[in-house]
Amino acid sequence: MTAASAPLPPASLVEPEEVDTTRKSTKMSRADARAAAVKGKLSSPWTSLIAILIAIVWTVPTFGLLITSFRPRSEIRTSGWWTLPWNFELTLENYQEALFGSSTSLATYFVNSIVITLPAVIIPIALALLAAYAFAWIDFKGRNILFVAVFALQVVPIQVTLIPLLSQYVDWGIAGSFWVIWLSHSIFALPLAIYILHNFMKDIPPSLVEAARMDGAGHVKIFFQVLMPLLTPAIASFAIFQFLWVWNDLLVALTFAGGTTDVAPLTVRLAELSGTRGSQWQLLSAGAFIALVVPLIVFLSLQRYFVRGLLAGSVKG
Amino acid sequence: MDWFIEADSVGHKFALMFVAILLFVGIMGAILFGIDKLKRVPIWVVVAGFLGPTLIFVVFGLVYPGLNTIKLSLYDAKSKNFVGLDNYVTAFTQDQFQTVLRNTMLWVVLVPILATAIGLIYAVLVDRTRYESLAKTLIFLPMSISLVGASIIWKFVYEYKPNQGNIQQIGLANQILVWLGLEPYQFLLNQPWNTFFLIAVMIWIQAGFAMTVLSAAIKAIPDDITEAARLDGLHGVGMFRFITVPSIRPALVVVITTIAMGTLKVFDIVRTMTGGNFNTSVVAYEFYTQSFRAQQAGLGAALAVILFVLVIPIIVYNVRQLRLSEEIR
Repeated sequence: MTAASAPLPPASLVEPEEVDTTRKSTKMSRADARAAAVKGKLSSPWTSLIAILIAIVWTVPTFGLLITSFRPRSEIRTSGWWTLPWNFELTLENYQEALFGSSTSLATYFVNSIVITLPAVIIPIALALLAAYAFAWIDFKGRNILFVAVFALQVVPIQVTLIPLLSQYVDWGIAGSFWVIWLSHSIFALPLAIYILHNFMKDIPPSLVEAARMDGAGHVKIFFQVLMPLLTPAIASFAIFQFLWVWNDLLVALTFAGGTTDVAPLTVRLAELSGTRGSQWQLLSAGAFIALVVPLIVFLSLQRYFVRGLLAGSVKG
Repeated sequence: MDWFIEADSVGHKFALMFVAILLFVGIMGAILFGIDKLKRVPIWVVVAGFLGPTLIFVVFGLVYPGLNTIKLSLYDAKSKNFVGLDNYVTAFTQDQFQTVLRNTMLWVVLVPILATAIGLIYAVLVDRTRYESLAKTLIFLPMSISLVGASIIWKFVYEYKPNQGNIQQIGLANQILVWLGLEPYQFLLNQPWNTFFLIAVMIWIQAGFAMTVLSAAIKAIPDDITEAARLDGLHGVGMFRFITVPSIRPALVVVITTIAMGTLKVFDIVRTMTGGNFNTSVVAYEFYTQSFRAQQAGLGAALAVILFVLVIPIIVYNVRQLRLSEEIR
């Protein structure tokens, strides 16, 4: 039952394991043996059965839709995806239709999603890094009060801000453009981003910063030359957070972009299709996978950083 | 200026994106460069450079609109006449909204408790087993899917076909019912149970979050404690009940409150799966329909404020628990 005897899963699956155990990796094997002994009574067939059951419920729905997205339209309508082995027929036509069909044209929305997401990840992280640095390492009057105030803004539900923001954008004549979506996502991300990055920054030994200060480095130099290189993992973990949040967001996009082909992201279009063509599963299944393939890849390849960010944001608090 | 506002071709969109990023980097770079080059700048200039843009953003985008919404909630549908608390009275007394409030309560109670329970049980069951990392990734994956995507996945599971003649079920849930010899069921239409089937989707998404955080907390329990408990004869369920759960209490509180706050604001699932019909609406969704569909600005604002007020007790509880656990230490 030790980890060493287990077959090696792909690298992306090993990584979260490492994060969890780094702190006590030295005594891992001893602890493992003991844990196995402790668990002796718990790992009865029943508990394994429960674990497997949960795992099935958590994967089969997605798997079913994935299979469906490759089945011909007529087959989808008349039989369940689990009948695939009996009438085996696969096609890429659904994806073709969903991406480039004139009535769906998800390719356009895919581009919109990318164009929305990149600045909406880069801008808040850059701003939050600077702010977190100021809160952590610059000594100024009212610092604590200001930090608590920004921290407290996390509780403001974005619903509360949407309508006044929208009317402001309309007044400025920039409503319905990419700019308002970038701006809004950046604003909404800042409180949590500052909080998480501040946590990471506080973990850096003050002696490093002091030493740089002794050498006559100003705040800007210290920020770029001392802190930034050490913060790369922290930045990565929040970047994934923000990426998933923006890519998967519906409310902000719906409010500020509406349904226009010029600006709206995949989620908006997909929700629309689900409403107007709720029974055309060949489109919906392919569309759902077009929307989730990018976050899935990002997530699986950077899962280690994601877990770290999750723990920094929720447990350290 | 039009070039900056309206982008209609792929090339134009990407160009605009790069312009935006460069513009941002340029402005921030210029500010920082200025601070760095000027000798003996007063400290407040440095602070303004680092913190100023952020403060402008949050005051413009969170503080001011928040206060404005509170004001709007005291005005009528066109935001012209002051009506006092009328909107709140409407939101709490009309039948339609009472259903909404009842549904919201169901969501906020059931999702955190069940997602955390499933996440905890699963984390304990797979802890230090051979397939732990694979098993955890499977449960964790729904977290990367958008709520819209998850809704479509589950809508397909719930898909209903009447049971007559040669018609075969294409939704897995109804197929299972048919295999068991039961009648197919309209999961999303039949009240009041349809709300529970929407709640299941949120549990499906959040259990992975609970599992990850709790699993890390379980691994952080000192070996001495489990060892001592084992020598005292604790095994299996006893170990879980008397050692594991009390040791990870702070993490449990954080997980439950975080999920509760996320659940309170969820509207994507309701919108995608039922469109708020068949008595499945929740406050976050009703806010959206009243504000943007029904043109009831005042009522919409009141619902947003109610959402805000509902979050506060959860936060207070969270902070108090954190304080308590620090005192114990």
